[in-house]
Formats: sequence, structure tokens, C-alpha cells
Amino acid sequence: MKNFRRLWLDGPYLLWTAAFIVIPLFTIVYYGLTDKTGAFTWDNILAMGTLERMKALILSLVLSLIATAVCLVMAYPLALILTNLKSGATGFIVSIFIIPMWMNSLLRILAWQTLLERNGVINQILQAMHLPKLYIINTPYAIALGMIYDFLPFMILPIYNSLLKLDPNVVNAAYDLGANRFQTFWKVIFPLTLPGVISGITMVFVPALTTFVISAFLGGSKVLLIGNVIEQQFTQVGDWNIGSGLSLVLMVFILISMAVMQHYDKDIAENKTAL
Amino acid sequence: MSNRLIDLQHITKAFDGTTVLDDMNLYIRENEFLTLLGPSGCGKTTTLRILGGFETPDEGRVIFDGQDITSLAPNKRQLNTVFQKYALFTHMSVADNIAFGLRIRKKSEDYIREKIRYALKLVNLEGYEDRSPDSLSGGQQQRIAIARAIVNEPKVLLLDEPLGALDLKLRQDMQYELIRLKNELGITFIYVTHDQEEALTMSDTIVVMNQGYIQQIGTPEDIYNEPQNAFVADFIGDSNLVDGTMIEDRLVEIFGVRFACVDTGFGTNRPVDVVIRPEDLELTALPEGAEPGSEEYEEAAGRITQMNPGFLEGIVSHVIFKGMHYEMEVRARGFEWLVLSTRMFQVGTKVLMSVDPFNIQIMNKPESEDEKAVNPEGGIG
Repeated sequence: MKNFRRLWLDGPYLLWTAAFIVIPLFTIVYYGLTDKTGAFTWDNILAMGTLERMKALILSLVLSLIATAVCLVMAYPLALILTNLKSGATGFIVSIFIIPMWMNSLLRILAWQTLLERNGVINQILQAMHLPKLYIINTPYAIALGMIYDFLPFMILPIYNSLLKLDPNVVNAAYDLGANRFQTFWKVIFPLTLPGVISGITMVFVPALTTFVISAFLGGSKVLLIGNVIEQQFTQVGDWNIGSGLSLVLMVFILISMAVMQHYDKDIAENKTAL
Repeated sequence: MSNRLIDLQHITKAFDGTTVLDDMNLYIRENEFLTLLGPSGCGKTTTLRILGGFETPDEGRVIFDGQDITSLAPNKRQLNTVFQKYALFTHMSVADNIAFGLRIRKKSEDYIREKIRYALKLVNLEGYEDRSPDSLSGGQQQRIAIARAIVNEPKVLLLDEPLGALDLKLRQDMQYELIRLKNELGITFIYVTHDQEEALTMSDTIVVMNQGYIQQIGTPEDIYNEPQNAFVADFIGDSNLVDGTMIEDRLVEIFGVRFACVDTGFGTNRPVDVVIRPEDLELTALPEGAEPGSEEYEEAAGRITQMNPGFLEGIVSHVIFKGMHYEMEVRARGFEWLVLSTRMFQVGTKVLMSVDPFNIQIMNKPESEDEKAVNPEGGIG
């Protein structure tokens, strides 16, 4: 009876995990490590080695690191301000940042495309004010801008949550023991909210590294990210093997970045028990 | 004792239009163990936060050692706080927690190591340097919070309900610990609590507060034995609080019976509040069926009137054994009197009840809401 109930409760979740996570993952691993005839090969992995693909991978890494860093620098002060606001105002400002998330991400990126176009809204305004025009559409700058805009809420929310959980008296205790604002922030507030920072970094860096929508619309066909390279393999070239192989390489980079994050997270945990 | 260390002058503080402190005046002497005692919302924690620098009063001044520190930042004040729920830095070891203030002050590592050892010894946690605060019990965390504060050698230690989260036994142990600490350190302790027993046990001076006003300032004995108003009497210990009429000096009428008392200066025929502590009520059992006028009744009444000419007749309605004593309720003239006695009287026993004149406490009735709060000019003499 107990086993039956357990199966009944766990079953749908296990089925879901198998159907939509485990099986697709193994399919990619299978395609990535075989050729058209189904024989084992490393060729699809090594296909990353071309100049064009390496450039796309490095550009992706650079842009997502920049986007993550900018998001962090923007989000932390904002989260601090939110935490110190009176309750009514907090709800309003948090919703300002969350409401855009209700809209389709594609739509938001299309909006940026319209804004940034050579004769788009921003340039028309600049022209009307007799200011030099801004030509950043179809450049990496526009892609970075799109990433920052799209993923900023994912940085704010975890940091804001970890700040909310912080006991105000812990901060008061630091002041009480003689620390100034700067010392209190770096010695107490920031280390204690590091778990929020780390989950924010993960939630921005990973989607930024894999995006192809933002680069497709704001980078035109001139700037390719690794996401676009992989997407083209599936949709245009129709070579599932190479597409899967490249995906596996990207996955390794994501796993490395997550391992680094985990390492920092563990450092915090260890600091508590060791020395 | 010694001179005034801290002077709070005309402190007023409101939050969102609600007045939390109203024109409060209080001074604190050097080396005093002073307790701010009152129910939640009485303004005691706000007073402590104003002292610590975490709140700025809307009006009034805070004088510390002759200096006006009203708007001085917390990190510039010569006092340290032990917060409710400890507020330890959980990302640091016990040693780093204790060293925090010293490192900010750029003390040498040798000095810091020595101080950590001294502080841990003082709070009986030697050898805990490398532990994480999370791995400690509540009582241990509290000791670390105290150690973290005292290594900075503050002139004053502020303690905000530091024992609130501990269980009863630990709380009692920590009370003795705090008294010992205070004596060893020779500094001023300002302690906030809503627990009257804690306040009576540890304090040199108790400040009873309610609704933003100081109700009474005095030694624990003063506060317990001579409450200045009904609030203090009711808040400190158990008490029987009844309406009375002051007939003249040294004579008060309660439920139509005239009792001798020792209070004077209340005028004649004035309504007053009367407080009688449960342990001060004396009972004499009436034999079964003894009617007023009968020989047995007169004998019992004679015995009890030796103490006080006034007495009440009642029936024991509840008895609870409390170990050291019995806690009884006696129904007399429609009022349930609480009586503590080492002698037990069966439920249903008819008793005569009286009280030594010295143990009747007479207080003026408050005339308005404002007068409920007396606001004396300072501490005890």
C-alpha cells in the first residue's frame, strides 16, 4: 500500500525526468559521438576546432562574462536599495523588474532591435537632438546589451532574497563593533549574501553562454555566437551529429563554470567549520 | 555609588506617528547593572537602540561621559551591544567573530590572540576558537556574542533580551554568569528584558517602563515592596490589586472593611489602589459551623485582629501545591484573593484573612491615561 502510494506520487515526476531530461541528454550524447552510419567517432567534438567556431565560442564566453559582471554590478546596489525600502515601495519596484519577464523574451529582443536600428527610435531621437547617431546594432555591443537587459532580473532576485534573509542585527553588530559602512559591507554583508550572488551568476552566465536568439536579432548575421553555430547545424545544415558534438563541448564549459561556482559555495561552507 | 556616566535628557521618539518614548529622562551611573523592564512595546528596546546609536531620538539628548553623542554613529561609540538572537557572523569562526572589533581597530595579532583567549576563558568556552558559531548551542552562542562585545573594552555593555531564546535552566545559569561577568569586568551593564524575575535577580537598579513612560526607578527591593502605581505592582510579581478608600492617614477601607495601614498623606475619603502581595496575606481557619458571635469565631477573630483590626471572611476555592509553598485562591466579598502560604487549607475551608499593616501598599489612582505614567526626574538617591 505504502509502496503503491509512493509510486503513484513519484511516478509522474520520474516519467517526466526520463522523457524530457534523461532521454534527450543521452540522444545528444549518442549523436555527438557517432557518425551518419552510427559508428563511434570523436570527429563531431573535434569539429569545434575550426577558426570560425572557436571565434564564436570565445566571443560567447567573453560576452556572457561581461554581461554577468555588468548584471552583478547593477543588481547588487539595486537589491540593497530594495531591501532598505519601506514595504509598499519594494513591491512596486520588484514588480517593475519582474513584469517584463512575463512578456515573451523574443518580443523583448525584437523591441531592442527596433530601438537600436540604424534609423530606429533611439537614432531618430538622437538626430532630432542633433547628436551623433549610435551604430551598435549588429555588433557584439548590442548583443551584450540584450543579454544584460534580458537576464538582469535573474541576478537581482536571488541577491535580493539573500539580503532579505540577513538578520539586520548582524549588520548592526558590525557597526557596533566599530566597522564603517565600507568594512561592514565587505566583511559581513557581502560574504553572507554570497550564496545569492553565486546563484545569480549561474542564472545569468549559463543562459547568456547558450543564447542564440539575442545574437540572431541584435547581431544580425555578422556576429555569430556558439549558440548560433549550433543552431545552424540543426536548422540549416541538418547535421545533427556535428550539432550534438558542439553542444557537448559547450556543456563541458557550463559544467566547468558550475564547478567553479560550487567550489566558491563550498569555500563558504568550509569556512564555517574549518579554521 | 559613583557619578553619572550616561544621561538621557527629554528623549522623545515616534515611529510612523506612534509615540514610543515620550520625554524620557534617565541617568545611568558608572558600574551599575541597570535593567529596563517592561512589556513589549513599552519603549525599552528603543531606549537601548538610541543608546547604541541605531536610532536617533526625535527630540532630546544623549550625554555620555560629558559628551553629547545623540547623533554619533554606532561605530564611534564607546559601548557595545549583545543583540537578541546573538547576531553572530556565521561565515566566520568563533575566534574571527571575537577578533572582529579588534581587527577593525588594527590591533596586533599577538594582542588579538591574547584577548581571544582571555575572553573565551571569561565566558567558560576555552578551546572553542576554531568552531563555527552554527555548531554551538544557544547558550554557547550567547557567550560568544558577549565575548565578542567585551574584548573591545567598552565602558558600557548593552544587552537586548540576551537570554530570551534560552530554556529556563540555562537562563538561570546565565543570570549568575552575567552577574559574575559584570563584577569581574567592572563596567556598566544596561539590560533590557520583559522578564521580571531576571530583572529582580541581577539588577542594581530597575527601570520599569510602560507605553513609552518610566513608571518607576528603584532597587529590586524598592520596586517589589513599594510599587508606585498599579502597573508596577501588577507587572512585578503576583499581587492582589483591589480598589480601596483612604479613610484617613493609616486607615484604609477595602470591600467595606477598615484595615490599619502605615501610609499617610493621601487625604481623607480618597479612592486609592491597594496592593497586597499573596505571600503577605495571613489565613486562620474557622472551625466547622462557626458563626459570627459564636465562641470559636470570636477566638479566631481575636487571634487575627492582634495583627490588624480589619479582616475578611472567605472560602478557599483552589489549592495548588508548588513545592516550596501552596498557592491558594480565597473567595471573599466577591474577589478571588491569591494567597501563598506554607500551610495548606483544604478547598471549602472557611477562613479569616488579614494582613500586617506594614504589608498594605497604597497607591494613588490614575486620574487620566497620561497620569498612569509617572515620569520621575531620574534614578534613586
